[in-house]
Amino acid sequence: MSATVSPIREPLIRGSKTYHQITEDLCAPTERTPSAAWVIAFILAVGGLATYAFCLLWTVWNGIGTWDLNRTIGWGWDITNFVWWVGIGHAGTLISAILLIFRQKWRTGVNRAAEAMTIFAVVCAGQFPLIHMGRLWLAFFIFPYPNTRGPLWVNFNSPLLWDVFAISTYFTVSILFWYMGLVPDFATIRDRATGLRRRIYNFLSFGWTGSAKHWQRWEAMALILAGLATPLVLSVHTIVSFDFATSIIPGWHTTIFPPYFVAGAVFSGFAMVQTLMLMTRKILKLEEYITMAHIESMNKVILLTGSIVGVAYLTELFIAWYSGYIYEQFAFYNRVFGPYWWSYFGMMSCNVLSPQIFWSKKMRRSIYVTFVMSIFVNIGMWFERFVIIASTLARDYIPSSWSYYWPTWVEIGLFAGTLGLFFTLYLIFVRVAPVVAIAEVKSILKSSGDQYTPSTRETVGEEAVRKSNLDY
Amino acid sequence: MVHTEGKSKVLYGLYNDDEVLLKAISEANHRHLDIMDVFTPFPVHGLDPLLGLEESRLHQAGFVYGALGTLTAFLGMSWIFTRDWPIIFGGKPYWSVPAFIPITFELTVLFASIGMVVTFYTICGLRPGVVNENLDDRISDDKFCVAFDTTHASDAEVDELNDFFQATGVEEVNTKWI
Repeated sequence: MSATVSPIREPLIRGSKTYHQITEDLCAPTERTPSAAWVIAFILAVGGLATYAFCLLWTVWNGIGTWDLNRTIGWGWDITNFVWWVGIGHAGTLISAILLIFRQKWRTGVNRAAEAMTIFAVVCAGQFPLIHMGRLWLAFFIFPYPNTRGPLWVNFNSPLLWDVFAISTYFTVSILFWYMGLVPDFATIRDRATGLRRRIYNFLSFGWTGSAKHWQRWEAMALILAGLATPLVLSVHTIVSFDFATSIIPGWHTTIFPPYFVAGAVFSGFAMVQTLMLMTRKILKLEEYITMAHIESMNKVILLTGSIVGVAYLTELFIAWYSGYIYEQFAFYNRVFGPYWWSYFGMMSCNVLSPQIFWSKKMRRSIYVTFVMSIFVNIGMWFERFVIIASTLARDYIPSSWSYYWPTWVEIGLFAGTLGLFFTLYLIFVRVAPVVAIAEVKSILKSSGDQYTPSTRETVGEEAVRKSNLDY
Repeated sequence: MVHTEGKSKVLYGLYNDDEVLLKAISEANHRHLDIMDVFTPFPVHGLDPLLGLEESRLHQAGFVYGALGTLTAFLGMSWIFTRDWPIIFGGKPYWSVPAFIPITFELTVLFASIGMVVTFYTICGLRPGVVNENLDDRISDDKFCVAFDTTHASDAEVDELNDFFQATGVEEVNTKWI
């Protein structure tokens, strides 16, 4: 039954699990009383959410004038945060869709949480374009619908509108994909529960039975949705990059933006997955399902995408020089040595230099290094968007309109607040749904469970297996 | 007394392992037994051909939904910008096809995904609020279930099924009206 796997592949499920033990382990976090760590984290997250609500009300009540944006710098932290969150929201679909198509078994340990993270990140991202319009209550104007104003339609030629379609499609498809995977797992929780809890989970599981025909369709669906989501995930950040690339601002008007944004998005998304996974596996005691092998695989993706981003940064500098176009040259000189030089150096050191540490296997397999690196990458990718947006706008064609921008407490509060929103949603998710896809992990048990790969022991020796079991 | 009207009497066996299950189903085919359904905790590969399940046609439905999305987006934008309210943006033609590509792509994916997912849940009879009585709660945990409809079966036929279960290493056999 089990597919052929190279004998030297590391097991993805540790601790000689049975199917029943997998159910027990993965349902447990939803069934036991929340731990003190969860409660503290939840209180902090809700505090962040309250900050967000307050700053949002403050902005809506007093207007965008409470931000430090000015006529030169019309986009600041708002769009920086938007692009940052959307980028983070790319890892989930990459893990669930692209790795499914490539038949990467390690996806099963992390796909559920990564997809959830994607959805919550897109929720956070979506806040900023809406808020930055100023009149939040007219946000529905962005959708084309027959109206009494003409009808006056939206501008389908505008990348900002393409973004509306891209993000809302991405959000919808991610939710459909995620929920489809959750249905059988909700059924597992339902069948272990009684009373009201059973009724709630029956509602959530849509009456799933596990019939062979249903599984067959379910797998067919997963594969097709993955096939659709793969170009979708690439299109989303491509279109986000069009917001800049189709403009005529030096430093924005570049053809390198789409691939560079997509690589950056995957980079930051994986970093956020690492941050969350390292905490989740520890707090929910899932070290046997989210193993060192998973962490190392993700670190390899981080190294690859970080290096792609690095090449893109250098290419931009080279092309600016090589173009012989002084405005372009000035834009990049200004990025590196202009008033926002510190954010450029923050970006370079966090995104390009620090991930190179992952060439070392030892570093890739160190929990502490991975955790610190994941935070670095998140910071670096935030700087990248800030560099692109604020430092470019600060120095436009006319020196008389040059300006500087620094966020007000309201903007900082909004950003910190969306972190609260994100973690509130994530913490609720880990309480109500299995963080690791139960059915999918069971389906790889026989090919990737440690007791089923005896050849591992023969190839590398009993001692090596014991040793590698110690450091997961 | 169990209320049996409109229900089927199901004889089912629970197996402990997916490989044992596959062997049992081969044996059932060999004995020409008419399996009602098989329930498993996860998708067991190799099951579909043994049960004679045809490949799902969801992808064909997906293509149709996707094509519908393509047409909706492209024809919609074309109509709006050439017939309903033509506007010149930046000196470009009214019918600026390259600019329509991103939205056309997005709506293709959106329509295909929503259409397929709704179709999937509908044909499987799954939706919020549906209560499907399970044969056994452990099916979603670690048991692999083969079910036979014995509502109109004679005693001899039931014995034959029991024989089959015992011969294929079943863990337990039960009867339930569902």
